[in-house]
Amino acid sequence: MSNINLDAKIPPGPLATKWSNYRSQSKLVNPANKRKFNVIVVGSGLAGASAAATLGELGYNVDCFCFQDSPRRAHSIAAQGGINAAKNYQNDGDSVFRLFYDTIKGGDFRAREGNVHRLAEVSTLIIDHCVAQGVPFAREYGGTLANRSFGGAQVSRTFYARGQTGQQLLLGAYSALNRQIDAGKVKMHTRTEMLDLVVVDGQARGIITRDLVTGKIERYAAHAVLLATGGYGNVFYLSTNAVGCNVTATYRAYKRGALFANPCFTQIHPTCIPVAGEHQSKLTLMSESLRNDGRIWVPKKAGDTRSPETIPEDERDYYLERMYPSYGNLSPRDIASRAAKRVCDEGRGVGPEVAGVRRGVYLDFADAIRRLGKDTIRQRYGNLFDMYKKITGEDPYVVPMRIYPAVHYTMGGLWVDYNLMSNISGLHVLGEANFSDHGANRLGASALMQGLADGYFIIPYTLASYFAGTQLPKITTDHPAFAEAERQVREQIIRLQSVNGNRSPDSFHRELGTLLWENCGMGRNRAGLEKALKRIPELRDEFWKNVRIVGGAEEFNQQLEKAGRVADFLEFAELMCLDALTREESCGGHFREEYQTEEGEALRNDNDFCHASCWEFTGVGKAPNLHKEQLVFENIKLAQRSYK
Amino acid sequence: MNLTLRVWRQKGNSGAGKLTTYPAKDVSPDSSFLEMLDQVNQELVGKGEEPIAFDSDCREGICGTCSMVINGIPHGPQRGTTACQLHMRVFKDGDTITIEPFRAAAFPVVKDLVVDRSAFDRIQQAGGYVSVNTGAAPDGNAIPIPKAEADVAFDAAACIGCGACVAACKNSSAMLFLSAKLAQYRHLPQGAPERIRRTVKMVEAADREGFGNCTNYYECEAVCPKNIPAHFIAEMNRDYVKAALVSREFDDVNKAAEDEG
Repeated sequence: MSNINLDAKIPPGPLATKWSNYRSQSKLVNPANKRKFNVIVVGSGLAGASAAATLGELGYNVDCFCFQDSPRRAHSIAAQGGINAAKNYQNDGDSVFRLFYDTIKGGDFRAREGNVHRLAEVSTLIIDHCVAQGVPFAREYGGTLANRSFGGAQVSRTFYARGQTGQQLLLGAYSALNRQIDAGKVKMHTRTEMLDLVVVDGQARGIITRDLVTGKIERYAAHAVLLATGGYGNVFYLSTNAVGCNVTATYRAYKRGALFANPCFTQIHPTCIPVAGEHQSKLTLMSESLRNDGRIWVPKKAGDTRSPETIPEDERDYYLERMYPSYGNLSPRDIASRAAKRVCDEGRGVGPEVAGVRRGVYLDFADAIRRLGKDTIRQRYGNLFDMYKKITGEDPYVVPMRIYPAVHYTMGGLWVDYNLMSNISGLHVLGEANFSDHGANRLGASALMQGLADGYFIIPYTLASYFAGTQLPKITTDHPAFAEAERQVREQIIRLQSVNGNRSPDSFHRELGTLLWENCGMGRNRAGLEKALKRIPELRDEFWKNVRIVGGAEEFNQQLEKAGRVADFLEFAELMCLDALTREESCGGHFREEYQTEEGEALRNDNDFCHASCWEFTGVGKAPNLHKEQLVFENIKLAQRSYK
Repeated sequence: MNLTLRVWRQKGNSGAGKLTTYPAKDVSPDSSFLEMLDQVNQELVGKGEEPIAFDSDCREGICGTCSMVINGIPHGPQRGTTACQLHMRVFKDGDTITIEPFRAAAFPVVKDLVVDRSAFDRIQQAGGYVSVNTGAAPDGNAIPIPKAEADVAFDAAACIGCGACVAACKNSSAMLFLSAKLAQYRHLPQGAPERIRRTVKMVEAADREGFGNCTNYYECEAVCPKNIPAHFIAEMNRDYVKAALVSREFDDVNKAAEDEG
């Protein structure tokens, strides 16, 4: 096993002053020298766009890459509900410490105190900056910013822009990025996919890319590489992610030596539109904000197929309100999702039968419409209601919505220290792509917060400190490490094309997704995980013997793109299941059925698993090495998470 | 459902294209339009034929990636709906559906139904921003903004940059897109300092990209999946005219600012 030093580099001193001390004491790069540094940013979502823009403003030369045809289309665009910030504008007792505490507790005590406190601190700056950029947040009649509540919090700290908060924040970051492109400080490379990381003498110094229009393979060198490539939820095939989302960038960095931390920490979001049939290509989220006014229920009796309006009040089970009276319908995501699965497993699900089971629960707005009127509900959630109607053909103003949990977000990701740097020097990882802030479960409206915190307010400081304190020899893309990485990328493409079998990449992806959803989804157990671990390598072998890619490599070829991503999912899936098998406890989104309380709640094991599991690649199909970063809690007491 | 598709196939930007007919069999009325195309593509791959290239990503109507003309209408027959959110239940069993790319000189075809809309990015790079650096912002509540104005700004900001407005316009005009981008800033105090300058720079960028002029057909408004109203175009035109009137003063202001350095 290689000798890897998992030092989180948390600054010394009291929690509340760690970040300010860091900023006062960290090394700086003087303005004239910044233009001597080139930075690669992969991904143009909230984390990538905000980082690229801010680094451009500071004077660095930035190359930013995205596989989409425009940076504005990165999947951050689809976030609906909102962004948290400890502004306490509502005077309801919020504070930086409370946001920090809620985030640590929401993550089931599997995140680092230092990182999370910093996140809570900078949350307030994000709102100020986005307002200054012209983000049209929701406002009160007095002209001040409006807030709403989200799961896992008893204060109202979520800022929003109707059901389009992600699009509005991303357009803000995109506008800042555009300004730097106009100023010549950022060069944007659209429809360009990163296919490998180039490491020279232990330092990340570049990437290999494929131009998705021409198929041209290219080399880019820089002084540091920032990955902001999002999560890996699409390993499940069906998820709320965009169809293009993939694990390729982070997985290929993993194959170059970056540690992958807690890959089994995946989030199943409780409020998505249920699966309607075989044709489905993705699942659609209905924002968690709906749980502010919607009430979740199922019939008390199993097999009750009466239409919802004919089921009398005393024959309904508002199970979240019953089980978790203090948080009710705003219980955290993992808890709400498992509760939905449980009632459906009991035969009390609603909606059409798919594969023999009714998998759906009602999210009912009848009370809210009676209380507030249809107009208010339309103002708050109009676009979500319209979207629901388009997809299902049902009108949620009249009939209760049907919802069911779906894969939505991945807390796991590449391991990073306090500087957001991985164990590979110079390789920084931002946003959903890293593992750092959400522990085993992310609270609603915290993904946007983290992406923008990393990009606008953290990486500009930590990257300067890296540059100022590191010897970075001059290299060009002629270096043998670039040639070798390019050779491997080309080889994989040729290998994919030469299989010439009978099955489409998509059919393998679908089969893998079903396997993972059944065995590494909302509930996991040893037998299921072992079954998946046996099946995944077989499926991978079949892929390499039987995949079929129509069309050439030197042209626009979506099958080839897809095949490369599926090949990585087929390796990554094994790592995810192994991590889930190894973590013999339940925490947050990772629910091992063997480890639960009598009431069916997650049973953590702090003695043996109060650590981040960080995996080191040793070869395809070979057992990876496990390194552990022990989590130290100095400021809060570990407790059983209770939302009762 | 069983349908007949007539789909625009074109190898690349330089090649000629043509409509090719494909059957779409056993389509679920609950599937989306793009899922129907996925299904046809799976069959084509099975036969070793090249699948139909089309762009899509979020498939929930917000990223603006999907872009196709369905039976002559960008994004298809349902108002306020992107192609990815269009569901097959709006068609009838036995229908013939014609599918073509968004057509405009400024949107060259990449392949089949995929077009290059980078012109939209370049227009926004020309001035679609507030010039504020990270770290320079006052408190978020320092400037109250009347709710009604903030709501109008949001209505404009709802534009997803898909380009349907251009594809629908006889002149291939990008005015609805452009005016929506400008209106977001026009209705917020943060956008005020650069209002005239931004209008001039973005309108000129759109001209350079080869988009046409607006001659008030309102096709753009009719096909916009986010229902962006065309009256934003009138607002934009007023600002553009104003820019011409105040341009001297505007230049002086800029010059003075530079002198102060």
